Amino acid sequence: MEIPYTVVARRDTGVWNAKVGIWLFLASEVMLFGGLFSAYVFLRLDAGPGDWPHGVLNVPVGTFNTAILIISSVTVVLAWAALKMRQFTRYRIYMAITILCGVVFLVVKLGYEWPQKYVHFGARIKESELAKYEKYLGNQHLLAEGFAPRKEITGHLHNPQALHDPNIKEYEIALDPVNADPTNKKMDRPHFFYVPPTEKIGIVEKADVEYANMFLPKHSSYFATYFTITGLHGAHVLAGVLVFCYMLLPASTRLYRQNPEHLANRVEVAGLFWHFVDLIWIFVFPLFYLL
Amino acid sequence: MDHSDEVPSPGLMEAPPDPHAAQHVAAHVRTYLIVGATLLAFTVITVALSYVDFGLIFSHLFRTNLSEAQGRKANVAVAMLVAAFKAGLVAAIFMHLSAEKRLIYRILYFTVFFVLGLFWLTYLAWYNPIVR
Repeated sequence: MEIPYTVVARRDTGVWNAKVGIWLFLASEVMLFGGLFSAYVFLRLDAGPGDWPHGVLNVPVGTFNTAILIISSVTVVLAWAALKMRQFTRYRIYMAITILCGVVFLVVKLGYEWPQKYVHFGARIKESELAKYEKYLGNQHLLAEGFAPRKEITGHLHNPQALHDPNIKEYEIALDPVNADPTNKKMDRPHFFYVPPTEKIGIVEKADVEYANMFLPKHSSYFATYFTITGLHGAHVLAGVLVFCYMLLPASTRLYRQNPEHLANRVEVAGLFWHFVDLIWIFVFPLFYLL
Repeated sequence: MDHSDEVPSPGLMEAPPDPHAAQHVAAHVRTYLIVGATLLAFTVITVALSYVDFGLIFSHLFRTNLSEAQGRKANVAVAMLVAAFKAGLVAAIFMHLSAEKRLIYRILYFTVFFVLGLFWLTYLAWYNPIVR
C-alpha cells in the first residue's frame, strides 16, 4: 500500500500527512505528561512544612544530562538540515551523535542516578518523637533561622536486615552530612555537589519511626512522582533512540536513493518527537533537582 | 577515510532540491547553533538561580517579610519562567512553530485549552471551593 502525501502537502490540510499525525500525537502526549505534572503540583502543594524533600538528587549529574539532551536536540535538527541540503554522510554523522547522546542519557539515568537511590535510606520520625532526635535534626536551630523543620534521618543503612527482622529494634544509619552536623549553617540549604554519607553512625529506634525505607517510589510522594515522571520520560528517550536507529539502517539509505525528501520528512517528524522529549525535561530538571 | 562510494546519490523523484529551499535551510543552521548555545547557557543560569534566595530579594524589593515557604514559591516562579522561556525557544525554533501551517496551530490551540483545563481542575481540587 502506498501512503499518500508523504512529501507533497494535501490541499485541504496544507501539510503532508505525517506532520498532522505527529502533532496530534504530541497533543495527546501533552495531556499525558500534563496529568502527571498536575499530580506533582497537587502533591507538592499539599505537603506540609518539611514534608517535601529538597536536595536529594545529584545536581551536577542532572545538569550534565540536561546539556546532553539539548546537544542532541541541536544535532537532530542539523541532521534534518543536512538531508535537506542532500549531504548524506553529514546526516549520518549527526544522527549517530544524536543516538549516542540518547544512550548516554539513559545510561546515566538507569545505571547511576536510579541505583544510587535504591541504596539510600530514610527514616521518617514520628511527630511526637522529633525532639528525641534533636541531635540529628537540629530543629531548634532551623526554627531560629526561620526554616521548615526536618522530620527524616537519612543516610546508608548499616544493618539492612533491620528492614525485615522484627527482632532488631533499631536502625543503624551512616548519617548524611545534614544529619551528622545538623546545626551547621552550611546544611541549611541543599548543596550543589553531592556529599556522600559520613562515617558517623546514628541510632534510630524503630518504635519512633513513622515509616522507613530506601529512596524507592513508595518512600514518599516526592519519589513516587520522581520515578514515574523520569521513568516515563526515559521510556520516551528509549523510543526516540530506536526510531533514530532505524533512520540509519539500509532501509533508510534505500529510501534516500528513491525519494530523499520523504526521508527528510521522516527525520523531521522523529525530530519533532525528540524536541518534545527535550522540552519535557526542561521542566522536569528544575522541578525535581533544584526546587 | 573516504566515504564517497558509500554515499548514495539522491533519487530523481524529488531531487535535486529546490536550490532556494536548500539555501533557506542552510541559512537556518546558524540559528540552530545559536539557540542550542542559548539553551545551554540558560541551563547554567537555572542552576545558579536556584541557589539565590528570591524570598530575601523580593522581601527587600516589596518591603515585606516573606516566610521561608513563600520564598521557596518565589524561587519556583522564577525557575518556571526561565523554563518557559527555554521551552518556548525549543518549540519556536527547533520545532519550527514560529512559521507553521494554520492546521498545526489549530491543533495546538485545543491542546493548550485542554491542558489549562486539566491544571484548573487540579487547582480546584486543592483549593476546595465547595467546602469553603
